[in-house]
Amino acid sequence: METLITILSGVLVTVATYLLLSQNMIRIILGSAILSHAANLLLMAMGGFEKGNVPLLGENASGFTDALPQALILTAIVISFGVTAIFLVLAYRTYEENGTDNLEALRGNNDE
Amino acid sequence: MLTINMAIAIPFIIAALIPFVYKRFTRVHIGWFVLFVPAVLFIALARYIPAMAKGNTYLRSFDWIPSYNINFSTYLDGLSMILGLLITGVGTLVILYSIYYLSTNESLHRFYLYLLLFMGSMLGVVFSDNMMVLYVFWELTSISSFLLIAFWFHRKKSREGAQKSLLITVSGGFGMLIGFIMLYVMTGTFSVREVIATISTYTDHQLFLPAMLLILLGAFTKSAQFPFHIWLPDAMEAPTPVSAYLHSATMVKAGIYLVARFTPVFGGDATWFWLVSGVGLFTMFWGSFTAVRQVDLKALLAYSTVSQLGLIMSLFGIGSAAYYYDFSTSSIIYTQATFAALFHLINHSTFKGALFMIVGILDFETGTRDLRRLGGLMAIMPVSFTIALIGSFSMAGLPPFNGFLSKEMFFEAALNIGQLDIFSLSTWGVIFPIIAWVGSVFTFVYCLIIVFQTFFGERHLERLERPPKEASIGMLTAPAILALLVVGIFFFPNLIGRYLLTPAMASVYPQLALEGNLGQTISAWHGFNTELMMTIGVIIVGALLYLFRNYWKGVYKLFPASWSLDALYNYLLEQLEGSAYSITNFYMTGSLRNYLVFIYLFFIALAGGTFLYTGALSIDLSGDAPIGIYEGLIVLVMIIAAISILFAKSRLTAIILNGVLGYSISVVFVLLRAPDLALTQIGVETMTTVLFLLCFNFLPDWKKEDAPKRSKALNMGIAVSVGVLFVLIALSVQNGDLFNSVSSYFENAYELAGGKNIVNTIIGDFRAFDTMLEVTVLLIAGIGVFSLAKLKTKKGDQNLEE
Amino acid sequence: MKSNDVILQAVTKIVVFIILTLAVYLFFSGHNNPGGGFIGGLVLAAAVVLLILAFDVNTMQRALPFDFKVVGALGGFIVIATGFGSLLFDVPFLTQTMGEFDVPFFGEMEFSTVTIFEVGVALAVVGVVVTIILSISKDV
Repeated sequence: METLITILSGVLVTVATYLLLSQNMIRIILGSAILSHAANLLLMAMGGFEKGNVPLLGENASGFTDALPQALILTAIVISFGVTAIFLVLAYRTYEENGTDNLEALRGNNDE
Repeated sequence: MLTINMAIAIPFIIAALIPFVYKRFTRVHIGWFVLFVPAVLFIALARYIPAMAKGNTYLRSFDWIPSYNINFSTYLDGLSMILGLLITGVGTLVILYSIYYLSTNESLHRFYLYLLLFMGSMLGVVFSDNMMVLYVFWELTSISSFLLIAFWFHRKKSREGAQKSLLITVSGGFGMLIGFIMLYVMTGTFSVREVIATISTYTDHQLFLPAMLLILLGAFTKSAQFPFHIWLPDAMEAPTPVSAYLHSATMVKAGIYLVARFTPVFGGDATWFWLVSGVGLFTMFWGSFTAVRQVDLKALLAYSTVSQLGLIMSLFGIGSAAYYYDFSTSSIIYTQATFAALFHLINHSTFKGALFMIVGILDFETGTRDLRRLGGLMAIMPVSFTIALIGSFSMAGLPPFNGFLSKEMFFEAALNIGQLDIFSLSTWGVIFPIIAWVGSVFTFVYCLIIVFQTFFGERHLERLERPPKEASIGMLTAPAILALLVVGIFFFPNLIGRYLLTPAMASVYPQLALEGNLGQTISAWHGFNTELMMTIGVIIVGALLYLFRNYWKGVYKLFPASWSLDALYNYLLEQLEGSAYSITNFYMTGSLRNYLVFIYLFFIALAGGTFLYTGALSIDLSGDAPIGIYEGLIVLVMIIAAISILFAKSRLTAIILNGVLGYSISVVFVLLRAPDLALTQIGVETMTTVLFLLCFNFLPDWKKEDAPKRSKALNMGIAVSVGVLFVLIALSVQNGDLFNSVSSYFENAYELAGGKNIVNTIIGDFRAFDTMLEVTVLLIAGIGVFSLAKLKTKKGDQNLEE
Repeated sequence: MKSNDVILQAVTKIVVFIILTLAVYLFFSGHNNPGGGFIGGLVLAAAVVLLILAFDVNTMQRALPFDFKVVGALGGFIVIATGFGSLLFDVPFLTQTMGEFDVPFFGEMEFSTVTIFEVGVALAVVGVVVTIILSISKDV
């Protein structure tokens, strides 16, 4: 199961990397969102799955799954939302100011 | 009583107040307010003089970074006292002068802020006992000097001069820092006093010589010794009060101070002796030789300062020979050189300060400093003429001025060292008096140039910018006081000798001071001895050279500008800039994709290389939990969705596929028994999708990538290798149980935090600090989005970046 | 944003309240069951966003007359203030404590400072998320 999830996050990383390397801003933002999915899954897999129950003490189970990665991921999910939001607004403002969303066309600065 | 630590802090505190005072009192010249600082400090320091003459010293220490042995400790002894008095005394006069020199139209708050910053850091340099603190203040003086030279930053030459001085002095400072650290490695202490006490056991240490050379590098760059002197003439672009203060009286003396302070550490070593006295002597000759060819009065003074600094430096070098003789009474004749050095240190500050101020007055009143345009001003500016005469004749070494006394002592020291039989001086020693004499001849020539070409000869009023008149009394006060000192010291030299020089000698020769009196009696008349003959020779030959200077000026053609050190410096700077540009432009292409490719390739090479090299790759799947049917299905769905994103024809499809991914992950979370995560993921995914859709309103449609096939293939290759590497690393890491898991601690959540949801207690209690910061990050993101979306330059608004 | 979707609007009017109730439930159950500040905040934000989508921004603002920037800032303030609150009792920053109180009608109730902290988190999440959505959607 851990291997499967790891391979899944590997596929997600591949897709995300490919998207990040493209020239279109929306693709890049999508890539970053997918990359954070992959990271979350990896964290989950690192915790291991075999130990048993939901990490709720009320369940009176004998063992619980690792709660620490879950707490980390919960934080990461919310932060990645903030990051995506910033990226999107940045992309949209860049497009508004420069009239293109192609990064190759946005290269260089006017100072020189 | 005012402590020394406070004396260092006060200028900084006042400097911080300057902008407020400047805003508040717009009508009064802010210099009057600043004037109090050095004046009060001068008086406070002067009150220590009687106690110091009795041999007292004051040490005071505050722990600053005790774990690194760095303490803010100050040490007031004879040597630092002289410098401290110069800094505050000349500082007072210079500020008084600047009140009349700088009009209220200038940005005075900046000027005085920098000046106080300099004053505080310079005091810090001379009073710090801890080498690290000394270094910090040392660099602060470089920085404040940079700011002051570039005070008129709209002028290109000012900026270039400032840059040059900063580059040279700060790189020297870095060398000095490394030298200090080497000393620390050897002796285990940062305190100069403790280093002096213990250094004798380390003279054979392999770091001893490098440390000495590096510290000398710092001293030579700061004190403008050959070949680092080139920054000082360019620093003359600063306002004249700054030149008078920093670049003749105080900052350039820091290097000399350093040499004097470290003479007990390195003195007695042949390298130290030859470097300090040799470089000093050559600088003295070269500075005076070059000064003669200058046509700008300030540049002339700059080279003369270089020359005089060389003189003092060489005297300290000669004086260090006394250490060779294991503190016997016979070494007293060599300590005489150090005595002369300290004496000339004071004298130089008086006459050179006065001369700079007079040049400033000339510039102020006539609008030019060009010797070819000046002339015949004696009748118009009699007071300035008198002061200039006193200053230059003192510099030339004529009686009845203080320069005569120290110049005689300089000759005496040079003659004495010539007869010494150590450091292979028996063969080379004869060079000392010769170079000293030749340098003095040129000194005499340029002193005559200052006086005669400016104040005598034909008057060309039409060549001046404005009709000249005598300067105001306020402006003349400061140089007049210095000129009085020049004469006064000649008549009462032993007052200075007893109260200032003798205690300072004790700090240069701490052991000798215990055995006998290091003080000397200075007298103007020694009878017709060799020294006097040398002086008379200087006057005769110098006068002849001045009169026939047009016949031998061709000598200077042997040193064309294209072969100067300046040209070398400029060439190096250009090359450095050019190559830095080309290297940077090579990889900073401005293309995000390129950067990412670099990063990924580096990651692949590094991580993959490590795997291959160390054989860390070990995959063991035995510990896996079994795969259920639902898990298998959902993972399959996600893989398909992820890959389809790459082939999506429209951005809407891509977003929906991304949504599929997100919601599938929440299902995965459920299957992996993480309900909190599942709920959060659903919420965030919803919001993200809405956000994307909203943004699509404003963004153009998703075009097909028109990148060339080759780069697409490269992208694919990188993506696949990154993914594979990622999986391999992750699988290897899962096997390695290097640390015990901390997670079991959190299973006591109910007892520790009163909650049964472990994840929630981690977020709200165990790791609440993280959560707090996370909320802060989220808020920042919110503010960022809001301001990016709302605050835009309205059409027609001027773009601030241009 | 122009929309004239009668069915969506009609459903929204009811569903919003269900979502709001769910949000409150999730928020309070967080201590012992799945839920908590982040989740409660997100679900609350979802209710607001649904209002925006079904009607429009102005209608939403009439129904919920808050400045969401202020809500977010208030949340952040509460989060940090609870941290400093523990300093008043001379315990390390952000120390949480709990106790059982006898509340009339409800009987024995557990109350914890974590709840205040979580309120801050929830408010910050709602504020920020809605502010982000509003900033982008208003900007036509």
